[in-house]
Amino acid sequence: MPATDDLAVVRKPLPHDSAPRHVTGSAAYIDDIREPAGTLHLAPGYAPIARGRITGLDLEAVRAFPGVVAVLTADDIPGANDVSPKLIGDDPALAVDEVRFYGQVVFVVVANTRDIARRAAKKAKFTTVAEPPVIDLADAVDTVLPEYSFGRGDIEGALAAAPLKLEASFRIGGQEHFYLEGQIAMAVPGEAGEMFVYSSTQHPSEVQHLVAHALHVPSSAVTVEIRRMGGGFGGKESQASQWAVLAALAAWKTGRPCKMRLDRDDDMIMTGKRHDFRVDYRVGASPEGLLEVVDVALNARCGHSEDLSMGVVDRTMFHSDNSYFYPSCRVLTRRLRTNTVSNTAFRGFGGPQGMTFAERMMDHVAYTLGKDPLEIRKANFYQGDRDHTPYGMKVEDNLLQPLVAQLEASSDYWARREAITAFNAESRILKKGLALTPVKFGISFTLMMLNQAGALLHLYRDGSLNLNHGGTEMGQGLFLKVAQVVAEEFGVDMGKVAITATRTDKVPNTSPTAASSGTDLNAMAALNACNIIKDRLYTFIEEKWQVRRNQVSFRDNQVIIGNHVMSLAELANAAYVERVQLSAAGFYKTPKIAWNRDKAEGRPFFYFAYGASCSEVTIDTMTGEMKVDRVDVLHDVGKSLNPAIDIGQIEGGFVQGMGWLTTEELVWDKQGRLRTHAPSTYKIPAASDIPEHFRVELFQSEGPREDTIFKSKAVGEPPLMLGISVFCAITNAIASLKPGVMPALDAPATPEAILRAVRGMTAA
Amino acid sequence: MRQTIRFLRRGKIVEVGNVDPMTTLLDHLRLNEGATGTKEGCGEGDCGACTVAIGRARHGKVVYEPVNACIQLLGMVDGAEVVAVEDLAEETELHPVQAAMVEKHGSQCGFCTPGFVMSIFSLYQGTDGAVGRDEINNAIAGNLCRCTGYRPIVEAALSVCASPRDDKFRKATEDTAGILNFIADDSDIFIGDDKRFFAAPASIDALAALYARHPDATIVAGATDVGLWITKQLRDLPKIIHIGRVRGLDGVEDTGREILIGAAATYARVEPFMRAIDPDLGELFRRIGSKQVRASGTVGGNVANGSPIGDTPPALIALGASMELRRGDRPRVMPVEDFYIEYGKQNRASGEFVTGLLVPKLRPDQIFRCYKVTKRFDQDISAVMGAFRFTVDAEGRIQEARIAYGGMAGTPKRAKRAETALHGASIRDTAAWAKAFDALREDFTPLDDHRASASYRAETAHALLGKALIEAAGTPSSRTRLTGQREAIVHAAE
Repeated sequence: MPATDDLAVVRKPLPHDSAPRHVTGSAAYIDDIREPAGTLHLAPGYAPIARGRITGLDLEAVRAFPGVVAVLTADDIPGANDVSPKLIGDDPALAVDEVRFYGQVVFVVVANTRDIARRAAKKAKFTTVAEPPVIDLADAVDTVLPEYSFGRGDIEGALAAAPLKLEASFRIGGQEHFYLEGQIAMAVPGEAGEMFVYSSTQHPSEVQHLVAHALHVPSSAVTVEIRRMGGGFGGKESQASQWAVLAALAAWKTGRPCKMRLDRDDDMIMTGKRHDFRVDYRVGASPEGLLEVVDVALNARCGHSEDLSMGVVDRTMFHSDNSYFYPSCRVLTRRLRTNTVSNTAFRGFGGPQGMTFAERMMDHVAYTLGKDPLEIRKANFYQGDRDHTPYGMKVEDNLLQPLVAQLEASSDYWARREAITAFNAESRILKKGLALTPVKFGISFTLMMLNQAGALLHLYRDGSLNLNHGGTEMGQGLFLKVAQVVAEEFGVDMGKVAITATRTDKVPNTSPTAASSGTDLNAMAALNACNIIKDRLYTFIEEKWQVRRNQVSFRDNQVIIGNHVMSLAELANAAYVERVQLSAAGFYKTPKIAWNRDKAEGRPFFYFAYGASCSEVTIDTMTGEMKVDRVDVLHDVGKSLNPAIDIGQIEGGFVQGMGWLTTEELVWDKQGRLRTHAPSTYKIPAASDIPEHFRVELFQSEGPREDTIFKSKAVGEPPLMLGISVFCAITNAIASLKPGVMPALDAPATPEAILRAVRGMTAA
Repeated sequence: MRQTIRFLRRGKIVEVGNVDPMTTLLDHLRLNEGATGTKEGCGEGDCGACTVAIGRARHGKVVYEPVNACIQLLGMVDGAEVVAVEDLAEETELHPVQAAMVEKHGSQCGFCTPGFVMSIFSLYQGTDGAVGRDEINNAIAGNLCRCTGYRPIVEAALSVCASPRDDKFRKATEDTAGILNFIADDSDIFIGDDKRFFAAPASIDALAALYARHPDATIVAGATDVGLWITKQLRDLPKIIHIGRVRGLDGVEDTGREILIGAAATYARVEPFMRAIDPDLGELFRRIGSKQVRASGTVGGNVANGSPIGDTPPALIALGASMELRRGDRPRVMPVEDFYIEYGKQNRASGEFVTGLLVPKLRPDQIFRCYKVTKRFDQDISAVMGAFRFTVDAEGRIQEARIAYGGMAGTPKRAKRAETALHGASIRDTAAWAKAFDALREDFTPLDDHRASASYRAETAHALLGKALIEAAGTPSSRTRLTGQREAIVHAAE
């Protein structure tokens, strides 16, 4: 790797590689790929109850609907009727007899057009025996996984001894991904049982394996391709599979290409969301607000099946400390089963809920003691020998103090605190709040085997490069960043590196593009591929020109070999003529990490990413309406591979986190029907929700202590949790109504939730 | 009688004869034309990914407005130019709006991007100098982005609008307007047969006759609601009568004492007239739907469809507006509040249709306020919407109070008990206010739903009446509300 201060492509704020095609409409998503002649279209049919049994299903009218080619049920699946990520059989592609949530797919219609398929699906007649569904988290008893906890110390003893004891419960809502491109797959049957599947998925290998299982063919017969998704955010990690499996099933049945694109409402009803939680905690602290003991029970809605709830809720536990040292603690989780759609990965993967708890607890201590929450936060930061997380990992790369100190100054926190106090003293209806909250986010998959990646790189005789790797592009700029690394290594312009669609027949057995790991893993694998090819070229150069490899450099679209200068094309061609292999498969696995879940010990994370944000809000105490007035963010991405892309991730993550905790509310009725299943009823932030003063800066540092790709750090998920500062600022505004009292605010802080908390203060 | 629709695409006149009444513009673009740059994000006109610009000739030039192609019926674009995202760039050179989006890093996943480009394109065409941030936020309020957090998109819009307007569309505007005038005619459009048709009559008499013959037909103005019956409810609407071509029906007129609104007048067209009556009405209209919705949707449609959460009926009722209907040759006029009988039931006979609205302007002794409470400020449907008109005499006594709410009952409804409680009281008499608050509780029994609980609705209705009284008594709105401050609006208007 060249010295970091002499880089031609890496660290440049290049625009997204697809940007010119995004803006002209020529970037093709799966629904834009020209359909092969005779393509059929699928629509799902689902049972009209949330829990119970299907005793009869009359599909006569569906089959008779003009334009319908086939109607498929579970009986038509030749292999496994299972789309669960762990292949444990609790997520059927098509439900049989038992219905476990409203919206569970029972059959699919295959028709000449999508409109026909959708209209025909409505004609099914179900006979069902309904049972009372478990919808509210409070009613859930059964679990999808056993209780799990870790911690240290004598909890009851420490609580009994603590001078300040606090106890509370609150709720954290779920979140719909609302990727703008809904779930979609198109399957094209080939010869000899082959199936080619275009799937909008973050996990092509899993789609490949599940399609193979469903069709009862070897994985080698199935190829999955994805060039780009119109957003993923975790929603296409495990839950893109079902639609790909159904499209492949229909293609297998009919021998024709089949496409399944979910309508937005169906997508929101039929696919999982961020887990919502009820958090019950007890905390003991010193009179100064220093934590002594934390006892928290995190109760998660997992929905009807396990899906990824093992990893998601584990990550809630791993981040229930956020940035704070808990001398004694017990972190307990319950993974509750409900008759709702199975919840799944969502940017942050459980971490945001854990951190929201930690920040709320900080507020609770601060407001009870009448102190500024920032003082309490800083006092409890990991520091000195107070550096062991509840799961035993030592925090070795701590940036909390310098990062927060810098933001505290640049956001003018204390002067604004005074101004806000003055404003609130004289404003009767409108109240302001201010909060500065940190983020410390662990980077690595906590399922160890996933921390590996592969890349495939070809150097052609004309000096152009063809790059492929296991990561998927969902807008985060992964393809660009990896290509920047390859261009840097070969000293060529970006235009020389062809970025290609992710395909399971190019790089096999890949991990999902998730856990913020896309660049860390895939760019390292690509770097490895570069080094393999360059190594062969060095050997060739040494033999041909008798020039040592340390006298060879690849830069400025040239190869400098001692005194010779030639183009990469000339070198590649010369090497080809001498029969040097110019293609390589690169590989990478993250070093140093280990996690023993049974013993709850090890080092689950390679490193931590840090950040902090400061938000100011105004609330209307008569209606509960809220406006964000100003946001300042300082975030650590190590030494950025591409600052424009990274700032985009930070801003977008912040806004998504803010939406989760404010306007985005999921509502199910008593029958288990999701009532907020479209953008008309589910409100993600719009442009005017972003304050004019929204300043995001990258924290300048020498980069992480660990050997990451060009000393950069992951950026996908950590910024989402910066949005917690908005929730804490709202809490702060409400707290101004009555000193000494912690507002009882649930997330999301909708106008109704804010007004309820305001009323609670006057009643308290 | 014309049996085709005609519109302009990429400089060519397109004439389509086999228009199914339910075909959407988006399906036409993607499935018939194969122009896949325009995306479907939600299919209900709420995310803006399918935004295209519709150009219509006005005063010798072309005026572009953004619409949601997913709920626009193909037949509705008759006589217009349809501009989609693929049409902007010239050869390899990006349009200035597109170039700004690339330069400012305005796309990540790129799926919403074509819609943003078209909304900003419409803003760029509709303005001449630099444009402020609020106007940009308003222009893209109907476009959702889940990746960027909007900042770079807003900056792209700020930047491109600060540059001169010299793109190919500006250069061709007079020629394009000429072509649009050339394809315009006064014929009634009727495509199909008596069982299944798309019709767009050109005169009110033709409309009345056609509807009398087909009282089971669906009348469509902007299709911002009817579009969803097709794309979401999957209803079969075999007979569609579009009123957008009816001569004079899209007009708005200020008679001095009142505003006359034709049934086919869009929100966008009516908005300045309402803003002139009172800044709160301007802000209310600004917050109805989005630019795309306001460019298509009509006040007439909002009143006629009888939704309990439509935002214009409470305001119109508080203003004392009346509406005109017609059946065959027979016209009828009634106060707007009398149109609403109960949820889903209006005072409208079979074959009868709304022709217009009469909205009295405020007298100098009248104070008007209205407030909309939603989860999100822009492009959201009201949990509660309250509108208030107080007629106050020289002594500060309330001579008349007209109070109407949306979201509080099965229909838009007056708070008659609260009105009575305020009658004759001083506007500053907080004891009278308290009586009105008590009376308000008697006026309504709101419902629980996903937008809000019954208790929140009741509390907020109380709060809005409180705000109206506090402001009417003299407290500046900057101290009573977070958005739509009247001082700011008046200032901006100056």
